[in-house]
Amino acid sequence: MARIDLEHIRHSYLPAATSDADYALKEVHHSWQDGGAYALLGPSGCGKTTLLNIISGLLTPSHGRVLFDGRDVTGLSPEGRNIAQVFQFPVVYDTMTVFQNLAFPLRNRGIGEAEVARRVGETMEMLELTAFAGRRAQRLTADLKQKISLGRGLVRSDVNAILFDEPLTVIDPHMKWQLRSQLKLLHRQFGHTMVYVTHDQTEALTFADTVVVMYEGEIVQIGTPEQLFERPRHTFVGYFIGSPGMNVLPVEVDGATARFGSQSIGLPRAVEIAHDVRTEIGIRPEYVRIGTRGMPLVVTKLEDIGRQKIVRATLEGRAICAILAEGAEVPAHPRASFDPKGINLYADSWRVETEDGR
Amino acid sequence: MTRTWNNRAWFMVFPVLALVAFNAIIPLMTVVNYSVQETFGNNLFFFEGVKWYEEVLASSRFHAALWRQFLFTGTILLIEIPLGVAIALAMPRSGPWVSVCLVLMALPLLIPWNVVGAMWNIMALPDIGLLGHTLRQLGIDYNFTRQPGDAWFTIVLMDVWHWTSLVVLLAYAGLRSIPDAYYQAARIDGASHWSVFRYIQLPKMRRVLTIAVLLRFMDSFMIYTEPFVLTGGGPGNATTFLSIDLVKAALGEFNLGIAAAMSIIYFLMTLLVCWIFYTLMMRGQDQ
Repeated sequence: MARIDLEHIRHSYLPAATSDADYALKEVHHSWQDGGAYALLGPSGCGKTTLLNIISGLLTPSHGRVLFDGRDVTGLSPEGRNIAQVFQFPVVYDTMTVFQNLAFPLRNRGIGEAEVARRVGETMEMLELTAFAGRRAQRLTADLKQKISLGRGLVRSDVNAILFDEPLTVIDPHMKWQLRSQLKLLHRQFGHTMVYVTHDQTEALTFADTVVVMYEGEIVQIGTPEQLFERPRHTFVGYFIGSPGMNVLPVEVDGATARFGSQSIGLPRAVEIAHDVRTEIGIRPEYVRIGTRGMPLVVTKLEDIGRQKIVRATLEGRAICAILAEGAEVPAHPRASFDPKGINLYADSWRVETEDGR
Repeated sequence: MTRTWNNRAWFMVFPVLALVAFNAIIPLMTVVNYSVQETFGNNLFFFEGVKWYEEVLASSRFHAALWRQFLFTGTILLIEIPLGVAIALAMPRSGPWVSVCLVLMALPLLIPWNVVGAMWNIMALPDIGLLGHTLRQLGIDYNFTRQPGDAWFTIVLMDVWHWTSLVVLLAYAGLRSIPDAYYQAARIDGASHWSVFRYIQLPKMRRVLTIAVLLRFMDSFMIYTEPFVLTGGGPGNATTFLSIDLVKAALGEFNLGIAAAMSIIYFLMTLLVCWIFYTLMMRGQDQ
């Protein structure tokens, strides 16, 4: 187990990268605490797998250094870094039994058979694989195969980190939930540093203590699930997290007031913003109140999602979403108001601080 | 639900039945017909039962041809399969050289059999051929038209040159279908190159290699044109394989009964050996 530092990592798959657009990873400078459970969240192609492979050593970054517990490992192979990685598609050695699969990384490292048997036994017990020990790995279901992949990492008790690259993609929904809880449990029990790549916000938010959101080769926000929800640092985070995503409306800011079409929205405090900057406010559907007071809006669609209703409407000609609490109804002449504590101000897509002490 | 029986459906099957009859059953039955009768000119036939079969199976000439056949097929399989896999492993996985390699590999496969035989015949000629002359210049007493060993060497070399590419292409296709994650996982597990080959590449190539072995077995077991052009089955009978022997019996000596019986035995043997191969190689997968 180790603390992992990424020092000014940049990576391009092109041999001669010049502009920023050539870089799959623009600039990542971040530390992963020893024993932390991190999720790396972002859309496809945002560079999260690239970053993961740089940590594991499958890729060497074009620029920057990777440190494990302060030791420079940038030039080391995955084997030299002593990490474990679980891939999107389960990797098992077809001709081996489950036991032999788990024993493989140990035997490759020249560990004695008695020790191998003990550790493989423990790992199989932990992952509930004991019943399959003598079975050929080839014919097992995807979730069992994925457990074997994970087991090959866990069996080496001294791994520095366990990296997951969208490990639940091919798993059935009901098994996903089980495997994820099992992962959390293992993390609590053994405290491995875990980095979990996914494009599924539910997976990220339920697995990790800290979620790292990536967008176009950059880390846009690092925070707890709550911070990502309440205070998205970038409009992308607002869109990407939450269902439906945050409403982002173009405004003109004048002191403590944001003008949106013919409407005025009060900001928590006055802010100074340069003239050539695009300003927007972000408000989550959860903070849009539908009632008889506020700005008039036209409801276009009502979606019933069980306990709540999603109201799709237009406000000043812009599409907007609101979540209607349980039991509430849309009045005959609906109006909308924004809960002040849910209002975020963005300048050129990045959040502007509007609260004191934050 | 009640099931309606309607025999008119059989008419639908008729076209296929006719097609199969004309291209498989009727020719095969003709051979079966010859194999149980004594045939004279003027369409005179006398039923002989299994006499020809007994004769063929007891003849030392057939035994010798059969032995040569198995020796040849075994030899080329033992060379072509490992060599093909080795070349496939050495080929680049991506980049502009892939197409160059593939085209080079495909070239021998595009040359007609009789041309291959003629090419190697000329090349191996002891006095003027590139191969023959070079070997003799090196002080090796090489003469494939006189010495059985040299004839064998030339035929095996020719077959390896002609057909290893097929194994390479199949094995390469098998290798390319392995996702990168397997190699990455193996690196993380600390696997050696040999382990990667033994536990990832070889198992993943199993199906294509089964096909390669079957194809090479059948083709080489029925080989005719190339040795016919290259050595004509000689010197003596040294390279007279089953099909050459068969043609000698049928056309050279006009022994229709013997030749037909040989054909049937030959056909059943190919079928049997293929089935054994297939069962053996697939058995592991069905567990």
